[in-house]
Amino acid sequence: MGTLLIRGGRVVDPSQGIDRIDDVLVRDGLVVAIGHADTQPLGKADETIDATGLVVTPGLIDMHVHLREPGREEDETIETGTRAAIAGGFTSVACIPNTEPPIDSQSTVEFIHQKAARADTCNVFVVGCVSRNREGKELADIGQLVEAGAVAFSDDGAPVYDAELMRRAFEYCRMFDKAILAHEEVLELSRGGVMHEGLVSLVLGLTGMPAAAEDVMIGRDIALAETTGGRLHVMHVSTASGVDLIRSAKQRGARVTAEACPHHFTLTDESLRGFDSNSKMSPPLRTAADVEAIIAGIVDGTIDCIATDHAPHAREKKMLEIDRAPFGILGLETAVGLCVTRLVATGRIGWPRLVEAMSTLPARILGVNRGTLRPGAVADITLIDPNLSWQVDVRQFQSKSVNSPFDRWTLKGRAMATIVGGRVKYRLGH
Amino acid sequence: MPTPSADHEPFPSGWPHRHLLDLERLSPDDIRLLLDTAARFKEATDGCRRKLSVLAGRTIVNLFFENSTRTRTSFSLAARRLGADVVDFTASSSSLSKGESFIDTAKNLEAMGIDAVVVRHATPGTPHLLAEHLDVGVINAGDGPHEHPTQGLLDIFSIRERRGDLAGVTVGLVGDIAHSRTARSNLWGLVKLGAKVILCGPPTLVSQRWRELGVEVSHDLDAIVPRCDVLNLLRIQFERQNTRPFPSVREYAHLYAMTKERLKRAKKDLLILAPGPINRGVEVTADVADCPQSLILDQVTNGLAVRMGVLWLTCGQRAPAGTAAATQPPGRIV
Repeated sequence: MGTLLIRGGRVVDPSQGIDRIDDVLVRDGLVVAIGHADTQPLGKADETIDATGLVVTPGLIDMHVHLREPGREEDETIETGTRAAIAGGFTSVACIPNTEPPIDSQSTVEFIHQKAARADTCNVFVVGCVSRNREGKELADIGQLVEAGAVAFSDDGAPVYDAELMRRAFEYCRMFDKAILAHEEVLELSRGGVMHEGLVSLVLGLTGMPAAAEDVMIGRDIALAETTGGRLHVMHVSTASGVDLIRSAKQRGARVTAEACPHHFTLTDESLRGFDSNSKMSPPLRTAADVEAIIAGIVDGTIDCIATDHAPHAREKKMLEIDRAPFGILGLETAVGLCVTRLVATGRIGWPRLVEAMSTLPARILGVNRGTLRPGAVADITLIDPNLSWQVDVRQFQSKSVNSPFDRWTLKGRAMATIVGGRVKYRLGH
Repeated sequence: MPTPSADHEPFPSGWPHRHLLDLERLSPDDIRLLLDTAARFKEATDGCRRKLSVLAGRTIVNLFFENSTRTRTSFSLAARRLGADVVDFTASSSSLSKGESFIDTAKNLEAMGIDAVVVRHATPGTPHLLAEHLDVGVINAGDGPHEHPTQGLLDIFSIRERRGDLAGVTVGLVGDIAHSRTARSNLWGLVKLGAKVILCGPPTLVSQRWRELGVEVSHDLDAIVPRCDVLNLLRIQFERQNTRPFPSVREYAHLYAMTKERLKRAKKDLLILAPGPINRGVEVTADVADCPQSLILDQVTNGLAVRMGVLWLTCGQRAPAGTAAATQPPGRIV
């Protein structure tokens, strides 16, 4: 494989407390060293990338991606979804198991791994179902799924509704030290809802999904995690009150982590004014106060990481009446731009915190040996131009779908190169 | 053909929009133009009875994805009174049951050479979605609980006929505000014309959040009746409710039905509207529905006038489908 030298970038690796201009040397797919560019030049390499002006980070990890395969290949496939990932700067994704069939058996996990190997783009970590067939009735074969390589468990798309089953899942997963990634929603409270319940839904006459529908379930799952000692990871937190619940649980020492999605710290329910189904997702876009609370949660670490909830839907499915259109939007190819624009360029967080939220902590929560540029680590590396201003164009997306509300937005910050296992898998414009 | 004298007087023009989707986004002048145009047509047709030919050669499609008798009939009659051809298209007779999307259905109709689509649908925003995909005028005839602009206009028209100016008039909208498109259209139209709006009903149907728009919210009908110049009694929409928002119809009627007793405490010249169909004995008792202050039947006639005005403004000033650009001056198409 030879050597690859990434020269002169701003290397940001929170796992080692590094934030300095430096060179990174890769050999045979592994990080060899981060040199001291001035005093200890790393010498010549087979290939050199000039990273001057770029941020060099351990490869970004999106721990919440719907690749849709198997079952809904009209929306996305493992191949197109992972191509979208590397175009967005992600070297790893965790795929959520609400496929058809759901990922609740060793053979389905194996299928995903094989397809991912064939696509040969980025790492695909598999999240297994909490319940068999995602029906919420009995536990899936969690131990066997762990053996097959599942890194976490989730029935996302829906909550684990039965509190007793959720309690058992927390208890059972303890022996594997795996987290349960929870979609938090009390379905009775959100029934028929298409957007956040508030003034905008009232004016538009659209059925609302109150913040309480999310908060009540977050509260339940925190209580169950504390009761059992299990590991709860709250997916796509969207409410200010949800952030508060997680903050106080963490203060009590509960084993709780959380993620937020770029759309939840960028858009509000005002986006629904034009009845655009590309602003329909679950949990829904909420208010400006919620957006501010999400950002505050990212700043103070209450929200550990940023994940996209990349949810492709074929164009014809989204071109329906808003109550018939499915929930969800694309995320992989706009995440870096939205995070830099909304969080870094505004001075709310620095690069080390962003890299921690998009690489270090997702790796830690999933328990995968990624998210670091330590010597000997797999050379998953992302190069980001922090100042590049660019316009989103869904027609240029690698994803098979185009359901993004950010089409034609101008964003700052973009992945320039994505290196997976020491191989340059993506370079902007190449 | 009726005598064409009325046809030769120019009807109002200058509608700055292609469609009529909602009242929320219209200016006060837009709304006044709609009302004035309706008044002109009511006059020119001798109270909506006589026929004109200003829309001769135009085709209007009633695209109804939700059951309706009154509104569809009213739009059909209004279009025919102006000389247009009308095609009724209902979901049950359509290809929707074969899986075609409603956008495709509408595009197919458009390709047949039509001039305007009057659309009713159970989902808010559907007319807006159609307007994005069609070139012809789209008129919202009710989109779920969102808006029903011609109903709002005809209610306001009926009040204006009796009261002249709307400014300073206090209008109570009573009942199922949560699920009422009539309430929303009334609210926007009334507020834009300077009326004072009070929303009244149980908290499960009347959110306190409405206050953020500057309107009054009350849960006590007895408290507001003496202050109102107009009461608009909205139907309880049982079909749109997930869970019943009050314990029983009997309890609802006890608290919110407009009865003879309540009428005694009202202003002498109180006007009573009900957009219909009314549930007699629930929102309003029969004696009140039929009392002299009730405008319920005026509303039906005025519905024709408003819809004539809307059809005229949205498609009367553009070239008919399939022709070169209009050469006739507005209001003189014979």
